[in-house]
Amino acid sequence: MPPSAPIKSRISGAFAESPFAKSGIPDRLGLGGFQSMAARYSIFSLIRNALAYHEDWPAAWRSPEPKPAYDVVIVGGGGHGLATAYYLAKELGVRNVAVIERGWLGGGNTGRNTTIVRSNYLWDESAALYEHAMKLWEGLSQDLNYNVMFSQRGVLSLAHSQHDLRAQSRQSNANRLGGIDSELLTPAQIKALVPVMDLRAGGRYPVLGGALQRRGGSARHDAVAWGYARGADALGVDIIQECPVTGFRIDNGRVQGVETAKGFIQAGKVGIAVAGHTSVMANLAGFRLPIISKPLQALVSEPVKPVLDTVIMSGAVHAYISQSDKGELVIGAGTDRYVGYGQRGSLPVSEDTLGAICELFPSFRRLRMMRLWGGIVDICPDASPIIGKTPVEGMYINCGWGTGGFKSTPGSGWVFAQTIAHDRPHDLNAPFSLDRFHTGYLIDEHGAAGVAH
Amino acid sequence: MLLITCPYCGERAESEFSYGGEAHIARPSDPEKASDADWADYLYLRTNTKGVYFERWLHAHGCRRWFNIARHTVSYEVLAVYEMGAPPPKLDTKSEV
Repeated sequence: MPPSAPIKSRISGAFAESPFAKSGIPDRLGLGGFQSMAARYSIFSLIRNALAYHEDWPAAWRSPEPKPAYDVVIVGGGGHGLATAYYLAKELGVRNVAVIERGWLGGGNTGRNTTIVRSNYLWDESAALYEHAMKLWEGLSQDLNYNVMFSQRGVLSLAHSQHDLRAQSRQSNANRLGGIDSELLTPAQIKALVPVMDLRAGGRYPVLGGALQRRGGSARHDAVAWGYARGADALGVDIIQECPVTGFRIDNGRVQGVETAKGFIQAGKVGIAVAGHTSVMANLAGFRLPIISKPLQALVSEPVKPVLDTVIMSGAVHAYISQSDKGELVIGAGTDRYVGYGQRGSLPVSEDTLGAICELFPSFRRLRMMRLWGGIVDICPDASPIIGKTPVEGMYINCGWGTGGFKSTPGSGWVFAQTIAHDRPHDLNAPFSLDRFHTGYLIDEHGAAGVAH
Repeated sequence: MLLITCPYCGERAESEFSYGGEAHIARPSDPEKASDADWADYLYLRTNTKGVYFERWLHAHGCRRWFNIARHTVSYEVLAVYEMGAPPPKLDTKSEV
């Protein structure tokens, strides 16, 4: 169709009594009173916009200049920060909120992970936290009115040795006791589930068994950031991109606001959700964290026909693989061994991972890889996150998700919003406070985190 | 792939080395008097600098000796290599934002 196609289906005037007209919220969509109707995605809006040759879709969120002051400023416009703003506005009535992001939404780890979602962690504290996220995932597309393409295709972890089998059996039983679905599979069951896999794996990585979480799967990572951004924006949250934080103003141990590239922004409370750059923010605020930042890399192949409908992961060989809806094989590798902020991984790490993938899936050997990238993950000594208060009054952190932050995005935002609104952690994240490194109450999830750190 | 100059063997590929984390972290000199916070600081807290970082490396698949390097954690450039026990070189270690 030519772009100047004359047919338009815009209904003007019919929705002049828009709630936005009175609320003082700017007409971000440029559609006058029509916007509240147009903003909701449905089969009807799809048909209406199809008739208008898809030229009139409104912007999904505004891009305002920052106001001088907010009740809450969230630093970091990835999935976790945007989810936090969304739940603050939606569930806690805190709507005078800004999310400030140094780059573009979801351009950090939210857009760089391998999109795996699961909740089969070992300890009760973690299982409760990740399972809370899983329950939110299960209704997320409906809640956000945005298709995050959540697909519960199952996540299968492989065991390659007797030790792996024992560890897996312990973890699987712990999951089942905690009410989280998990099944131990025999090699024959694995072969039936994933015919393309060679269980002998060249004799080098024999598959002796596996643990399957059927409710696990994957989601479209960009859509998660965009869906939360759109949802938060509709509730009045200002999303400010290309606005790096350069410092914090702190008086008598209490945060007053943030210094940014767009000037000083006063804030009653500040929440930090910046993953790999958390230590940099803490340094600006004058405290230290038990975090090290390293690149974790991933790569995708050229698209092929459907061949793999389960997410396969192997902690022992630092490899995980799934097939996207576009047909690309999405492969996750391990972390570099050393501190790095370079957003690129070391070649020996991806080489090791691809070596193992080729042994497990001999038919993938001739696939070409299209892209290889890295994201900076923030790793805690116990491979569990830190969600809670900081030594600075009114400042909160949500970090340390390491190699597994994407799966927890909804739950992380939810508990962080609760923590910020009430100035104390929710029961779900109370065990994940910063002072566990003083008390020694660590929550060691190196086994369940899936990637050797 | 980093090329690291072992002070004893010369330039080798990163895969020959093991990483020992941040350098110059002193164990509390009087353990009986160290508080929980002191122990947390020693065991867990790290500078994790975005910029010049002092760190320990082990030439695991070579001479098996430890040494320190100063490395930039964004460009990954190795700025100095020095022996264990030697003081860190005078470099600007201010964190980038």
